[in-house]
Amino acid sequence: MAAEIKYADVEVGTELPEQVFPVTRATLVQYAGASGDFNPIHWNEKFAKEVGLPDVIAHGMFTMAEAIRVVTDWVGDPGAVVEYGVRFTKPVVVPNDDEGATIEVSGKVAAKLDDEARTVRVDLLARSAGQKVLGMSRAVVRLA
Amino acid sequence: MSTLEVSEPMALDQSFVGRTYPATEPYEVGREKIREFAEAIGDANPAYTDPEAAASLGHPDVIAPPTFVFAITYKAAGQVVQDPQLALDYSRVVHGDQKFAYSRPVRAGDRLAVTSTVESIKSLAGNDVLTIRGEVHDAAGEHVVTAHTTLVVRAATEEA
Repeated sequence: MAAEIKYADVEVGTELPEQVFPVTRATLVQYAGASGDFNPIHWNEKFAKEVGLPDVIAHGMFTMAEAIRVVTDWVGDPGAVVEYGVRFTKPVVVPNDDEGATIEVSGKVAAKLDDEARTVRVDLLARSAGQKVLGMSRAVVRLA
Repeated sequence: MSTLEVSEPMALDQSFVGRTYPATEPYEVGREKIREFAEAIGDANPAYTDPEAAASLGHPDVIAPPTFVFAITYKAAGQVVQDPQLALDYSRVVHGDQKFAYSRPVRAGDRLAVTSTVESIKSLAGNDVLTIRGEVHDAAGEHVVTAHTTLVVRAATEEA
């Protein structure tokens, strides 16, 4: 388990360890099954292109699930997440090859919200293929 | 599903704001479903799969990743999305924003019921923007999490 992060030990600007999450077509099929989201834009290239997308794209909720891992891996206890929200700004395009795509996520403490509840706001930055894929990506986390 | 071809812009009816739909039948959260979800997102945090690891963090059973509950709240939101009176063109819907506010993490053994409410309907650049609030309660009636799901209904274009 990751070490506990203490409220007293973080300050505005504290950076969370950056992570890179790979995503291939196989990942999307597995996520479709686990989440029950079988929208063909996430696995059917022909369909995706017919509706105007460049290629198959990752589920927005998959990207959202990956981004918060930067926070949950940092604090150790995923139950410490009090709030989490994102805006889906750009799709993560996933080509049909062995490489797929990557989602790079960084985060930093943007505010110390409540000294008694020991909550901080973490702002996340998620990028894929050089583009920001999530906007307003923020989590409120309770620290030790 | 829809056989209607609507060419003129049709804004969603504002009078739906505040409308609450009946609570769903409880969804029972299973350990193996949580494991399946955690594996699908590639997250090896033991709190998702090992009851002892979860217990060491103070949780009575394995907990679910933060976004796990979306599958439950989004299914519940179907009551709104598919409400024939609202007449939303689902083929033009994209997921705009998603937010969760937790009282506690979802965990194995939970029986979760969702109450969906139309939180807001706005018009932005010709698109309808619909936010649905899904309040999730456990079998004891205690609040677990609230999901705010914003759907953007893209304006009809020249496309037939």
